[in-house]
Amino acid sequence: MSQASNRRLTEDLLRPMQQTSWRFWTLVLFLGTIVAAGLGTWFYQMYMGFGMTGINNPVYWAFYITNFVFWIGISHAGTLISAILRLVNAGWRRPVTRCAEVITVFALMIGAMFPIIHLGRPWLFFWLIPYPSSRLIWPNFRSPLVWDFFAITTYLTGSVLFLLLPMIPDFALIRDRTTGWRHWVYGKLALGWQGTTKQWHRLESAMQIMAIAILPVAVSVHTIVSFDFSMAPVPMWHSTMFGPYFVAGAIFSGIAGLIIAMATLRKLLHLEDYLHPVHFHNLGKLLLMMSLLWGYFVFAERLTVWYGNEPSEMEVFWVTQRGSFAPLYWTMVVCNFVIPFSILSLKKLRTITGCVVASCGVLVGMWLERFLIVVPSLSHKYLPYAWGHYRPRPVEIMITISTFAAMMLLYTLFAKLVPIISVWELKVGEHPFLLNVEEDRREHELWTTNP
Amino acid sequence: MPRKWGMAVDLDRCTGCGACVTACHAENNIPTVGPEQAGRGRAMHWIRVERYWEGEFPEVQLKFRPVMCQQCDAAPCEPVCPTYASHHTAEGLNAQVYNRCIGTRYCANACPYNVRYFDFFNPEWPKPLHLQLNPDVSVREVGVMEKCTFCVQRINATVGEAKAEKRELKDGDIKPACVQSCSARALVFGDLNDPESEVSRLSKEPRGAKLLEDVGTLPKITYLSRQSQT
Repeated sequence: MSQASNRRLTEDLLRPMQQTSWRFWTLVLFLGTIVAAGLGTWFYQMYMGFGMTGINNPVYWAFYITNFVFWIGISHAGTLISAILRLVNAGWRRPVTRCAEVITVFALMIGAMFPIIHLGRPWLFFWLIPYPSSRLIWPNFRSPLVWDFFAITTYLTGSVLFLLLPMIPDFALIRDRTTGWRHWVYGKLALGWQGTTKQWHRLESAMQIMAIAILPVAVSVHTIVSFDFSMAPVPMWHSTMFGPYFVAGAIFSGIAGLIIAMATLRKLLHLEDYLHPVHFHNLGKLLLMMSLLWGYFVFAERLTVWYGNEPSEMEVFWVTQRGSFAPLYWTMVVCNFVIPFSILSLKKLRTITGCVVASCGVLVGMWLERFLIVVPSLSHKYLPYAWGHYRPRPVEIMITISTFAAMMLLYTLFAKLVPIISVWELKVGEHPFLLNVEEDRREHELWTTNP
Repeated sequence: MPRKWGMAVDLDRCTGCGACVTACHAENNIPTVGPEQAGRGRAMHWIRVERYWEGEFPEVQLKFRPVMCQQCDAAPCEPVCPTYASHHTAEGLNAQVYNRCIGTRYCANACPYNVRYFDFFNPEWPKPLHLQLNPDVSVREVGVMEKCTFCVQRINATVGEAKAEKRELKDGDIKPACVQSCSARALVFGDLNDPESEVSRLSKEPRGAKLLEDVGTLPKITYLSRQSQT
């Protein structure tokens, strides 16, 4: 590949940062309005009292915890997928990794809001943090909610590092191509990157370390999220398989989120030359595998409960299987298994459109799955006298919608500020033998001498 | 030996009158939430009288079961609380420290008996009922969990009085509001570590059983099962 095509690659990928159309501002305004409305709704809920939600006795957790588990699940898109693909050195990963890693960071930030939004007294959320205070009480380290706090902060820190490390050479590239305050900002972000051999080696080993370190962290995070349920003696919650079940579901919904994000970027930023059908084809295969794994977990869980025939569990079992939650339950099965399986198992249908349709199904299905874990168990706990119902109220629905808008808004802004496809990784990928250093220096000179 | 507070509930004696519920509301400053909120499932009764119908009409039988916090020895609500708002006292009570509660509601989910109640709004009492609040019990604000305390304010006051008067505490000196108001004497409260106390004697009766014993919570409330058929 010649320098000319190298330059085209750089231009293509940096174009979204240099040209801003009215469409961008309309989108930002639109999404920003929804996010602001969601924040307003939250303050309204705090001001009026938590009773503005549909939560009641006995359904003390509902939409907010569903959203919490859902978004933490989506966050498994990035890190796990990109870390695995990096470690096995899959060549097709290069245009995919950053799209994925960004999802992780933003989905975690959104997901981590929900344990705070759902608190009765959210202004005291910092009591979960161990710090020396005049109250002289540490958090209760036996509580899975405290484990959550540590798991999520560790994962967030790790995935921010994992995202930032491979961005350094790209920051340097932007620094060298801009002037004024942008030059200054990206210069700071580039951390003095010059592209020397030593720096490349350090970056490579740092990324290798992070890719290995982030895997157990990612697995532990969703396991700990599942412990929020499985540590309580609640029918159908108290299960030994919840850890792996949740992790599998998280990766499943994560891949679906990634496919949708990639297809949207491809369309809106005209990245057709970089995000090829083969990327969707490969991710579609991964999604198909996770769909089968998900189906296996649900089958194993349901069959075990049915044979166990424990009265309190059977109540929850039947209310989901053919009771009042059955419409949601069977929608979930169709969305998570029937649709992805029938689309993705046929090579002819594993196109971009096919993958996106299957992914939309999976997102709906996985949200329902979390809802069906949280609510039916709580509404049908042991004593029939204390059974209850749940119906969401506008406050919860508005906040739920606004988190999706928040995800899109953060993603839009990110794609405006940083090349959403890693420029240097793509270049390295296309010259596997020249490997980087010489090429980068030459190009660097090219840009500095011929601005 | 430290005291271990417990209760026996004689289901043969319970008439389902609900006096215990009313007394508990008055003693513990429990707000009444009104019909709309109650319809949403937010009624708060630290003790409730559960009604179960058995059989088909006209051969139908109504059974009552007063259910309050079972003061479990292995309480599922305690380990899950991230702030120690729900914790075990030396006398075996499941205490709830309102000021530490941040409202995760995890304890209420973990509780198999559904006897923990959440303040969905700041409490309000229609005038002039706001003048009859019990000064010994704090009023809970929005966003915290609350539950039966075995009238810990009465326990502490009576223990303190006995100490000041330098006398031993006798069985039956302490009566939580529900016990005091039960005209059928279906509820008996006392020290389970005192083998002579009435509650110890009743708890060992052959017709005694714990509620949801197989969940493994080791409750300190014993239900004496119903023998009569009327």
